[in-house]
Amino acid sequence: MSDWNRIYPQLLDATWETLYMVGVSAVVTVLLGVPLGVLLTVTSPGGLAPRPMLNRALGLVVNLGRALPFIILLVLVAPVTRGIVGTTIGSTAAIVPLTIGAVPFLARLVETSLREVAGGKVEAALSMGARRRDVVRTVLLPESLPSLVAGVTVTVVALISYSAMAGAVGGGGLGDFAIRFGYQQFRTDITLATVVLLLVVVQALQWAGDRWARSLAHA
Amino acid sequence: MIELKDVRKVFPARGRAGEVVAVDGVSLSVDRGEFAGVVGPSGSGKSTLVRLVNLLERPTSGSVTVDGRVLTELSGDEVRKARRSIGMVFQHFELLDSRTAAGNVEHPLELAGVGRAERRSRATELLDLVGLGDRADARPGQLSGGQKQRVAIARALAVRPSVLLCDEATSALDQASTAGVLELLRRVRDELGLTVLLITHEMAVVKAVCDSAVLLDRGRVVDSGRLTDVLTRERSPLGDALLPAPVADAGAGHGGALLRVTVTDRTPETLVLQTLIGDLGAAVEIAGGSVETVAGGRYGRLLLRVTGGAEGLDDAVQRLRTGGVLVERVTAGVAR
Repeated sequence: MSDWNRIYPQLLDATWETLYMVGVSAVVTVLLGVPLGVLLTVTSPGGLAPRPMLNRALGLVVNLGRALPFIILLVLVAPVTRGIVGTTIGSTAAIVPLTIGAVPFLARLVETSLREVAGGKVEAALSMGARRRDVVRTVLLPESLPSLVAGVTVTVVALISYSAMAGAVGGGGLGDFAIRFGYQQFRTDITLATVVLLLVVVQALQWAGDRWARSLAHA
Repeated sequence: MIELKDVRKVFPARGRAGEVVAVDGVSLSVDRGEFAGVVGPSGSGKSTLVRLVNLLERPTSGSVTVDGRVLTELSGDEVRKARRSIGMVFQHFELLDSRTAAGNVEHPLELAGVGRAERRSRATELLDLVGLGDRADARPGQLSGGQKQRVAIARALAVRPSVLLCDEATSALDQASTAGVLELLRRVRDELGLTVLLITHEMAVVKAVCDSAVLLDRGRVVDSGRLTDVLTRERSPLGDALLPAPVADAGAGHGGALLRVTVTDRTPETLVLQTLIGDLGAAVEIAGGSVETVAGGRYGRLLLRVTGGAEGLDDAVQRLRTGGVLVERVTAGVAR
């Protein structure tokens, strides 16, 4: 255990790498996933703007994204990563596959949340002369906000889990740390310490997400 | 004010279910300031009919005119703007849980591009009008059903519509709240000069607030008219639904002639009894009946058993009819 002083700074670095990868990809995922979820909802049959062909095409892409194992996706999107970041190695490069993996996931959760808004509320807004985009902006999104926050929380937790695989592309982070310092060096104590750290991060996130969602729910 | 001409709404076949003709050639007109009701059993097309008025449902054929504008000829964008002059209230209120009572009232004003300060003052004014001035900051979840519907009415009135549509507005409420909401609707009609079209399956609601009504069954108009007219019209299905005639069985098997009489303020039962007892010298027994207040007037349907004076009875009935009294002779359970 005497080497903890040597390992500790690296654990700290790994923690920051995880928070960086997950933080940036979470923000981008929300920016892309929420609009995609809205699009899936409004273009569905019986939606605000039914577009059966578009809806089916989007659904297919989303399902593909969700069906692919993340480790495969990581390799498959390497050319895209190079195009965007300039390299396929490192924490920043890992953000691209993380985001691509999480967007379809969040989009489906958003779709489910929006569908749960009572049709009567949409009808009421239309009867007031609302445009479709007004319905999305003033009814669908605000009314499903608690549920959307819960969906984002689940997505961020999933991102933390995905990010453990980012070590495969040299992304670093806690998962990579646990493999290199714990598993490969037969240091079960380090592996356990990392797992505990991950658990603390996930618990804290879930707790914060739940509190936020609850504070938004008035019904 | 509201005019539907030969309106049909056919929902296309879906899955195993064939196409559904929800509204089948309905024509109706509601005058400015009139409080009109549409009654009928569930599945009669009432809810579809009210949605045709603001084009939430596009009619398959026929025309819809509101406030002199033929809505069925307008573009989608024009229809959207026209909807601002048609308020709507729903059975399940449909308030937004993410907003306060005042926020809900402000919603249509926001959609119409009204500025913040004006929205605030208008919401306060409207919540006062519906008697909820002190609950402006309450969330829908903190309000009772009756209070929610009052907020919904305030919301529907926010952009100063000329027409108010009510879709089963009291069906989810208890009796006391129903009475309160109906009184409010009647009051805003009187104060704001609104034209109201109310959909309901409850005859009591029609009796309480409507000036006129349309009886709908399987998408077709069975009967319609001003309540004061249909109640004194012979064999009016709407009149019978409003004030059920007593069953003839109530007086069967006791001899004498049975008369079914409709009495009103203008032709009260005293007039009928005077003719039968005073002039004819018959004995009259009330075998059944009810008297109620409808549209502010007193209306009753009585079943009378008349014994004696048989030879002069036909003559007396004729005299009553000439005097404007609705009289039917009942023989073997059938009114004639």
